Amino acid sequence: MTGPRAGGAPEPHDGPGAHDGPGADGAPAGAGGRPLLEMRGITKTFPGVKALSDVRLTVRRGEIHAVCGENGAGKSTLMKVLSGVHPHGSYEGEILFDGEPVAFRDIRASEQRGIVIIHQELALVPYLSIAENIFLGNEQTRRGVIDWNGTQRSAARLLARVGLREKPATPVADLGVGKQQLVEIAKALSKEVRLLILDEPTAALNDEDSRALLGLIGELRETGIACILISHKLNEVRRIADTVTILRDGRTIETLPVRTAPDAEPEVSEDRIIRGMVGRDLDHRFPDRTAYEGEDAGTVALRVTGWTVRHPVDHQRTVVDDVSLTVRRGEIVGVAGLMGAGRTELAMSVFGRSYGQYVAGAVEVDGRPADTRTVPAAVAAGIAYVTEDRKRYGLNLIDTVHRNVSLASLPHLARHGIVDEHEERRVAERYRSSMNIKTPTVFEEVGRLSGGNQQKVVLSKWIHAGPEVLILDEPTRGIDVGAKYEIYTVVDRLAAQGKAVLFISSELPELLGMCDRIYTMAAGRLTGEVSRAEATQEVLMRQMTMDGSRGSS
Amino acid sequence: MSTTTTPPSDPPVPQAVIPSTGTALLHSLRTNMRQYGMLVALAFIVVLFEIWTDGTLLLPNNVSNLVQQNSYILILAMGMMIVIIAGHIDLSVGSLVAFVGSVAGVLMIKNDMPWVPALLLSLLIGAVAGAWQGFFIAYVGIPSFIVTLAGMLLFRGLTQIILEGQSIAPFPGGFQDIAQGFIPEMGPYTQYHNPTLVIGLVVVVWLLVQQWRDRRRQLRYELEVVPVGLWALKCGAITAAVVAFTLTLASFHGVPVVLLIMCALLIGLGYVMRNAVVGRHVYALGGNKAAAMLSGVKDKRVTFLVFVTMGVLAALAGCVYAARLNAATPNAGLNFELEAIAAAFIGGASMSGGVGSVLGAVIGGLVLGVLNNGMSLVGVGTDYQQVIKGLVLLTAVGFDVWNKRRAGR
Repeated sequence: MTGPRAGGAPEPHDGPGAHDGPGADGAPAGAGGRPLLEMRGITKTFPGVKALSDVRLTVRRGEIHAVCGENGAGKSTLMKVLSGVHPHGSYEGEILFDGEPVAFRDIRASEQRGIVIIHQELALVPYLSIAENIFLGNEQTRRGVIDWNGTQRSAARLLARVGLREKPATPVADLGVGKQQLVEIAKALSKEVRLLILDEPTAALNDEDSRALLGLIGELRETGIACILISHKLNEVRRIADTVTILRDGRTIETLPVRTAPDAEPEVSEDRIIRGMVGRDLDHRFPDRTAYEGEDAGTVALRVTGWTVRHPVDHQRTVVDDVSLTVRRGEIVGVAGLMGAGRTELAMSVFGRSYGQYVAGAVEVDGRPADTRTVPAAVAAGIAYVTEDRKRYGLNLIDTVHRNVSLASLPHLARHGIVDEHEERRVAERYRSSMNIKTPTVFEEVGRLSGGNQQKVVLSKWIHAGPEVLILDEPTRGIDVGAKYEIYTVVDRLAAQGKAVLFISSELPELLGMCDRIYTMAAGRLTGEVSRAEATQEVLMRQMTMDGSRGSS
Repeated sequence: MSTTTTPPSDPPVPQAVIPSTGTALLHSLRTNMRQYGMLVALAFIVVLFEIWTDGTLLLPNNVSNLVQQNSYILILAMGMMIVIIAGHIDLSVGSLVAFVGSVAGVLMIKNDMPWVPALLLSLLIGAVAGAWQGFFIAYVGIPSFIVTLAGMLLFRGLTQIILEGQSIAPFPGGFQDIAQGFIPEMGPYTQYHNPTLVIGLVVVVWLLVQQWRDRRRQLRYELEVVPVGLWALKCGAITAAVVAFTLTLASFHGVPVVLLIMCALLIGLGYVMRNAVVGRHVYALGGNKAAAMLSGVKDKRVTFLVFVTMGVLAALAGCVYAARLNAATPNAGLNFELEAIAAAFIGGASMSGGVGSVLGAVIGGLVLGVLNNGMSLVGVGTDYQQVIKGLVLLTAVGFDVWNKRRAGR
């Protein structure tokens, strides 16, 4: 399943000769003749850092153009330059839109030309209705007064166009993330968009919503709207994009055609794109597993029995229903499931009942009943939970790296309630080097680090708390390929040290590459358990989409 | 930028850090921008008024006066800073000052209770008042703004009920000394106040030993240190400042009692906030409550404790204020909460919590205090004083916002 580790270490990102030259030729001029957008020689420097250097990007009319690159490669800076967030004059190079040079002073200026960007974090006002959100800042007025009838009618028309069956008067807060994404697109359409920029549009969506969204982008292509798609999900890029431009370290590495016609088969492999992104071959995306050889290898470290939890507000709804599972020492056990299957809810409620209303169930750690009624008790019992949402639940973004690392283990670093600051710093330095956290000093604000490095900080925090059982919830969400490999290596090392790891993930290849066993969940119930040997994406997917009430576990 | 991506090696090896001196300095400057900025602003204001008042500002008796005049606001500001770091606000402290002052007055003046037990009882009442508010905020979950707004009305009303609308006076001499007294003179006649000189010397030695121990420990742990020259400069500056302050005080009546109280609070609270687990938990809660809870921080207990602390400090401020006025009056402490909040924000607090330091609150309070005193000395009316203080608050926080935005780009 996994290839041999490449000499024990991935090669440096910037290996000599890894570049295919600074920027291959732009995309071939397509059927539309003159390209819709040409960015040439874009160079943007921040104090001390060259974020972009001589970047070029050419988007043809009506194509879906993916932009790929690791975090920090310069994708979002490039989009900020394009959309006027970084105004004209703060960068070098030129932008041609429709063949004319443009100089946007701000976002409004770029929107007037039909360039609309939809950010990863949605910018909708939750308590306003769909219609109000669509026309926010662009209100439909008649003689200076808002024309509510017109607003509703136009909104309904736009909703039909994006395939969202909701009343325009529905508050946005009542919609799921997937539908909110569609509202954002409807909002873009209301501005007569010609070039739509989507930044990680499917990062927070489940498979079904993702498919719907990608389908919609495909339909928009047919109406002549071009789209720049920034995505980490290479399978999506292959599924939908016409062209892909790869950035690395602020440079254009190459632009590859993905397909010749909208419905043709993709011509570029994921590995080919990854090679461009990281400048090295990654035919082994997962490290080899190292077996744990302690005396207690194979003994059950975590046993959850009959775990049942109700929804925190809607007490009628059972979110986790009679789940029982075990994790042995040295074992990595996956939990697969679609969004809403109850995986995170299970993990958080086991960890100090941090989610929902506890109904029934027991936890044993190392064969002894464990008190997990509060987070401190769960930590004391030897359980750690690494959240899926590091910004909200994992980190104090305004505090330093070293204080985030120590937060969960302060009592161990303290004597008589006083923290040993020097020891604390030393611990942080140790994790900085062992986890390869890229930060100028351990006193840097965590909020300034990239996603992958933030994730390493969260992991360091919990590893230092010294748990026997680690529950990792989507540990590689939203981080780049290189950092993913590093996280996998850390997880493998933890298992090799005899820790029990429960690995929750939405990415099936990741589960297949890392886990010894995989549980599947659907609608709050366990629907199956597969060993590494039996597991395939098809098997897992079938169990994940099973009717929860007929579970077999 | 680092270009190697070695995967984590198995046994974590401590790594020596070789800092470039410039970056270390720049970094510490940047992270403490607000505090250094305010320190510079404070120095600027002091020099400005020193010139404007023809040297009256820093005359020994005025320096003593400055300390005593601002003591209760500074005590409140220290507590308010902790409350704001925890992500809350306390609007009730002004009323609580009046309430505790009135209770102390009733105990000592109407019931002839000796002042020591009366003081302790007053502080206990402050703790109970803080616990009352802390209970509703931490355990019931009512926002602190609402709970303390209610407290503001409640304690003000109780004050008027207890005092029946009348001021009562005078307090016993021992109690008055808390705010007005100085530590007694001892030893032979010199031109200076002897115990003050001794205290000054002890403080200098203690500060230098701390600096030296810190540096040595950092070196032993192979952490970054500031270059020797700069470190010596810093030590020299600290020494000079303490010596100058000591001599000024020693050429008047010596160290005010209330200054000792404030120093003890500053050192104690500063230490707890920086080095104690509970202090760290306050920062973590203010910075990201959800993440702190999931890291095992007992949020309710910490929040509760923060308000109990604030209650005790407000009670102490109430006693100091009553002792300074030598009377318990129904209108004591009016708008003190606003002064304390302003001091905290000038001193580096953030509306959303999670940042700030106790020392910052003191610096912020001193900025306001020196402005008050200096403007009074040069005869600026209270009307203009308020306008100017308002602008200072706006400028200080505006500068911080601007500075952060610049750093963020």
